[in-house]
Amino acid sequence: MNETAMQAFWFFGIFISLLFIIGVYCILATFNLLRALIGVEVLIKGATLLIILAGYLTGNTALAQAFVITLIVIEVVVMVVAGGVILWVFRHNGAIDARKLTDLKG
Amino acid sequence: MMIDLILLICLVLAAFWAVVAARMLKAVVGLALTSVIVSILMFRMNSPLAAVFELSVCAGLIPVIFITTISFTKRLSWEAYLERKKEIFSRFWYLPVILVITVVLLSRYKIAADFILPQAPAVTDVRHVLWNLRQSDLFGQIIILLIGAFGVVTLFKVKQPKDKPK
Amino acid sequence: MLSLFILLPFFCLIAVNLPVKGARRLAFWLTASLFVLQILAVLLHPSVFWGMKEDLFANFFAINFSVNNLSLVIFLTIGIVGLVSLIIGKYTLANRPDRFHFTNLLLTALIGMNALALLTDLFSMYVFIEVTALSSFILIAVQREKTALEGAFKYLIISTIASALMLSSVALILLVSGSTSFDVVSAALKASSGSVFVKLAVALFLCGPFIKSGLVPFHGWLPDAYSAAPSAVSVLLAGIITKVSGVYVLMKLVMSVFGFTPVIRDILMFAGALSIVFGALAAIGQKDFKRMLAYSSISQVGYIIIGLGCGTKLAIAGAALHFFNHAVFKSLLFTNAAVMEQKLGTVDMDKMGGLTSRMPFTGMTSLIAFLSTAGIPPLSGFWSKLLIVVALWTSGMHGYAAIALLASVLTLAYFLSMQRRVFFGKLRPGLEAVQEAGTGLVITQVALALVILGVGLGFPFMLKTLAPLKNILW
Repeated sequence: MNETAMQAFWFFGIFISLLFIIGVYCILATFNLLRALIGVEVLIKGATLLIILAGYLTGNTALAQAFVITLIVIEVVVMVVAGGVILWVFRHNGAIDARKLTDLKG
Repeated sequence: MMIDLILLICLVLAAFWAVVAARMLKAVVGLALTSVIVSILMFRMNSPLAAVFELSVCAGLIPVIFITTISFTKRLSWEAYLERKKEIFSRFWYLPVILVITVVLLSRYKIAADFILPQAPAVTDVRHVLWNLRQSDLFGQIIILLIGAFGVVTLFKVKQPKDKPK
Repeated sequence: MLSLFILLPFFCLIAVNLPVKGARRLAFWLTASLFVLQILAVLLHPSVFWGMKEDLFANFFAINFSVNNLSLVIFLTIGIVGLVSLIIGKYTLANRPDRFHFTNLLLTALIGMNALALLTDLFSMYVFIEVTALSSFILIAVQREKTALEGAFKYLIISTIASALMLSSVALILLVSGSTSFDVVSAALKASSGSVFVKLAVALFLCGPFIKSGLVPFHGWLPDAYSAAPSAVSVLLAGIITKVSGVYVLMKLVMSVFGFTPVIRDILMFAGALSIVFGALAAIGQKDFKRMLAYSSISQVGYIIIGLGCGTKLAIAGAALHFFNHAVFKSLLFTNAAVMEQKLGTVDMDKMGGLTSRMPFTGMTSLIAFLSTAGIPPLSGFWSKLLIVVALWTSGMHGYAAIALLASVLTLAYFLSMQRRVFFGKLRPGLEAVQEAGTGLVITQVALALVILGVGLGFPFMLKTLAPLKNILW
């Protein structure tokens, strides 16, 4: 692999790993279910950008774009399902706070 | 490179805001902003089709889903808002510290370029790749959309169940 | 005609959802016959079906599917467990619309899992892992009960983290190989092995199946999801969904892409041993019957992983056999749980006692299932554990072999305490009115118990006759 490509990769890679850290930290630190879902979204954004970056650096943008389109479709459906689940949690509890979900103990 | 740097810094700031904003609505706006910046970066990386998808779906549709969900929950009162702000600050103030440490560590570390980049592919048309080479993914997409439909039917029913547990 | 494995369920799904009067009534029978067909197709393996050219669908899928002996075991397991789950769903889900959604989602999960057994492409595998996972989120929450929703949400978040890790690994692999099909990737990984980058990519990808199969550092979501789901879904989750989208994916990747490098083997064996011991210890203290079964699942999955990590031919055969056996006896135990949930209204073991006198079939079949889990000869679980332990011993890993043996004693301990509390002894006052389950559930239980007995007793003969077993071992 040539040096310039690697430098470009590392330049983007640092920021993408920051996105990953933000996402995982958010999921671990919050009790709000919606906020946990936003953390998941941030994680997926990082992965999406990484795929496009890999495609760009290897000149394989066609494949990378095909992947990303599939990925976005999956992402939307995951969010719809998660939204439905949160809605029902709210109906049962009157709140979307994980501390009120005490029926299951880890 | 300079524009990329500015965009990437904005990206991280938007993602950070999405995670720490006290009102959920603002958090969703932060998320949409993240998507928009990702989409601009995709345009700059020769991936216009994926960028359009990202812009229309991730910056357009997903916030709608979030806002729909939020609209079913109660609006925060001013006191609760201040309370939550304090709580978020107490939970999340480590995060910027971790981020700065990561940047310092990673920018000092120089990753070895010790593998061969693959040959550029023969096919460069995304339509051809998607329709002719990735049919199994397309089939998967159809199934995923069907599952989404079943999910909406199952989970978004407004009628309460008869045997609602207390 | 391999694409029929995913196309038939798809057509069935469409047929069931047609806006025609009576289509919904057919749902159960169509799906059931689909599972029976799948079981038959595997049992008659070297038959005409497998050699047929794909004339009709030749242009439908440009990619080649491939089937090896391991996939045959997976197809068989999917067929059996899916059928059992469908039957339990018919008898235990109260609402008719819920039952219909359950059947639909079972079909989509079936498509996802069958595709996983067929595909040889990293990204497509990710897509179908996601198909399976999404179906199971909705399946867990299908009755919209409070605990089930919590379990589903926990599973959803953790599973999405796993897929994000897998995706970023796909990106790194794309950078190294330029494609995601198994041959290209494994060649590229071999060519630049030793690169930090490649190691990072492999480690990230392996995290995904580790989380999905609930191995010990990542097991937090598993007991919640299993115990909160409706029993019919618990059968599906414990029997195949986590095992196909986690364990089988791990097996497939390690065997045909990443290869048995010493580091991967060490990680697998360590994680396997940890899961075996932790799962068994945690199961001892449980009060909830289904939670205990969930922890027991963690422990049994550990056996499969430790067999995979050993990497010899014998060990992998043992792992594949244990995959099948575990699916069968765990389905049986969850069927017992479903019966108890239906007849007693609870799965709390402190509220039970002496149930054998009231439910003779449930008591006896659960006894057979737990003896098989603990590896008592001549039941089926004995043979698979024997293969794994012997393989570990002969390849010099005496410590791991000892752990695998001793954990069997732990398994015996927690199941004995369960049996004593639930089925043996004097009937607890207040339970006099409890009845045996309906005919359908009893037949399911007995059939599964017969499979366990049959595989156990007939194992020496089956070695040379039954297609999947024969092909793996010889």
